[in-house]
Amino acid sequence: MSEEAKAKVDEMPDWSAYRGVLIVVEQRAGVAKSVSWQLLGEGRKLADKLETDLLALVMGDGVGHLAEEAAYYGADKVYLCDAPELREYRTRPYSRVCLKLIEEAKPEIVLFGATGTGRDLAGAIATHLPTGLTADTTALDVEAPPSRLLLASRPAFSEKMMATILCKQYRPQMATARAGVFQALPRDTSRRAEIIRIDNPMKEAEIAARVIDFIGDSGKVNLEEAEVIVAGGRGLGGPEPFQMLKELADALGGKVGASRAAVDAGWINHDHQVGQTGHTVRPKLYFAIGISGAVQHTVGMSNSECIVAINKDPDAPIFQFAHYGIVGDLFKIVPAITAEVKKRRGALVHE
Amino acid sequence: MLHIVVCVKQVPDSREIRIDPKTNTLIRQGVPSIVNFYDLHGLEEALKIKDEHGARVTVVTMGPPPAEKALKECISLGADEAVLVTDRGFAGADTLATSYVIAQTIEKCGKEWGPVDIVFCGKQTLDGDTGQVGPGVACRLDLEQLTYVGKVVQVDPNARRVTVQRFLEDGIEVVETKMPVLITALKELNKVRRASLPGMIRAARYKPIVWTTADFPELDRSKIGLKGSPTIVAKTWVPEVKPANTKMLEGETPEALAAALADQLWAGELAQKLGL
Ligand SMILES: Cc1cc2nc3c(=O)[nH]c(=O)nc-3n(C[C@H](O)[C@H](O)[C@H](O)COP(=O)(O)OP(=O)(O)OC[C@H]3O[C@@H](n4cnc5c(N)ncnc54)[C@H](O)[C@@H]3O)c2cc1C
Ligand SMILES: Cc1cc2nc3c(=O)[nH]c(=O)nc-3n(C[C@H](O)[C@H](O)[C@H](O)COP(=O)(O)OP(=O)(O)OC[C@H]3O[C@@H](n4cnc5c(N)ncnc54)[C@H](O)[C@@H]3O)c2cc1C
Repeated sequence: MSEEAKAKVDEMPDWSAYRGVLIVVEQRAGVAKSVSWQLLGEGRKLADKLETDLLALVMGDGVGHLAEEAAYYGADKVYLCDAPELREYRTRPYSRVCLKLIEEAKPEIVLFGATGTGRDLAGAIATHLPTGLTADTTALDVEAPPSRLLLASRPAFSEKMMATILCKQYRPQMATARAGVFQALPRDTSRRAEIIRIDNPMKEAEIAARVIDFIGDSGKVNLEEAEVIVAGGRGLGGPEPFQMLKELADALGGKVGASRAAVDAGWINHDHQVGQTGHTVRPKLYFAIGISGAVQHTVGMSNSECIVAINKDPDAPIFQFAHYGIVGDLFKIVPAITAEVKKRRGALVHE
Repeated sequence: MLHIVVCVKQVPDSREIRIDPKTNTLIRQGVPSIVNFYDLHGLEEALKIKDEHGARVTVVTMGPPPAEKALKECISLGADEAVLVTDRGFAGADTLATSYVIAQTIEKCGKEWGPVDIVFCGKQTLDGDTGQVGPGVACRLDLEQLTYVGKVVQVDPNARRVTVQRFLEDGIEVVETKMPVLITALKELNKVRRASLPGMIRAARYKPIVWTTADFPELDRSKIGLKGSPTIVAKTWVPEVKPANTKMLEGETPEALAAALADQLWAGELAQKLGL
């Protein structure tokens, strides 16, 4: 760090007017993105450490139910802006609502999902305030009071390094955070939060942007939401063996994933790719089959609760991440596992 | 005539960066500098609009003097003019300070060559990789903002409206808005053309316009460079591989291995959690 940067870190203004951790909940058509609940889970930890409230902001049209959901996932206080102008996401009205709330509620930390919408919104708001915005964080922590600093860490240089970024001189401290990295709290329907309705300050006539159409593609695999992923790599040698993986995935109620090598070879489409340039996933069970375990792959899956690796090379780096390792030929082992799973599940059903 | 400004950044090709295993630091030596490839897709789209409707295309970059090379590449592809904004005072900028200088630059381009109708930025860069400069510039210049654009459906210079497809995680959103507008480009937007021979000749002779802080008499010095940057990179480190806690399963046959795995999975709470 340069002298100037050091000097900057050392002096810090009085921020006692700013308290609370705010999560901006993202939704489409009244359905929340799971990253929002994951951020509430992480935000709960930060707020507890700071001995402050966890706040949520829900914006949309007909989204009152999400205010209650936010409480179930850990929020103490939920701000709800329910207005027809907010039916679809548009930068101007959404950022106006956020800005107004941030100015009034003065949270010390504001977090958004690092989704297209989250980044669009956060980038506009941070500039307007102005304040610092850390992009695409994968680890968050706070320094205990009195400093209360947000330690926002993000991958840099194609994920080869991590950087911790601070914002000392401005409030709130803002960050976007990657989906699939943080863990949501169990949904607890007995939890209640204070729900505060806020007005939408912008009228339709003032908004230039129109959302004409939304082409949702429902055929897309939603790996980020999957509880079981059976992923294959270059070791599969071609497109056909993915059918074998699909059978195991079906037996477990899971989805099929892939390494970039398999996607680049054209064996399966990019929607299935796990890793730096694919999806970040955190299923309960992840199979890495014929995947060597390159860092660009493992950044996307190392948060899985249980990882099973199958590889013929006992020195494959994937075994450093796996909870269970099997050395051997995937073409023999995968069908055996599928059969075994079917047998055990069948046995349970018949009991 | 439409005036389109394309923001480009020269970046080290981070795919080529390696870590020195002894010092845990980046090895930047020998890493090629390239034009951030999303920006080239922004330029291509500007040139397509120019081909169809007629437009003046100005390329701007903030960076050290060698960034001139990136600008020449843009000229060889067909940009009309290129501006290099360079000054030691700009160094150390985060996205807030960067977007301030870029916005000032675009404003000055507007004064020099006519009001700006469309600004193109890349979706993100290969180095800083934040995707925040585009929204920042739009906010500062009070432009409409269309991010993650994978297709420009229509540009109507008379009605002054633009329709695009935004490619999001869960689908494609078709949005229409008015000019002036800032668009951030995805690689799906188009296929970047090759430089023509006349383009290359023009680029070889071309001297980019250079602006320094002295060319911006109104510039607020507290908003540029390190001083104007709220974020500070406090620490960098190389992520450690989690210590191996792997249980290697044993078995003579595939069936025995499969049974050994199933025993483990069904012994803990996992199978229960998954409803297996
Ligand atoms: C900028 C950048 C971004 C990237 N993004 C991603 C990303 O998002 N996701 C990603 O996955 N990669 C990504 N990569 C690529 C990554 O570096 C690796 O090249 C890739 O993950 C390798 O895929 P793989 O493990 O399937 O193939 P390989 O490394 O070739 O591994 C194949 C494995 O299969 C095993 N095998 C072969 N035959 C058998 C058999 N019969 N039985 C059992 N095992 C067998 C081999 O022992 C080997 O370990 C990226 C790279 C770069 C530079
Ligand atoms: C390890 C590390 C982490 C960082 N993390 C953050 C962070 O979290 N938050 C933060 O605010 N800053 C961060 N920075 C600083 C940031 O990289 C710089 O501010 C950078 O100059 C601009 O951001 P970007 O490269 O991410 O651009 P992006 O916002 O990703 O760029 C989007 C587009 O804006 C245009 N553009 C960007 N820069 C220029 C330029 N100089 N000239 C012309 N057009 C340009 C291009 O069209 C580009 O495609 C980080 C820097 C490092 C080294």
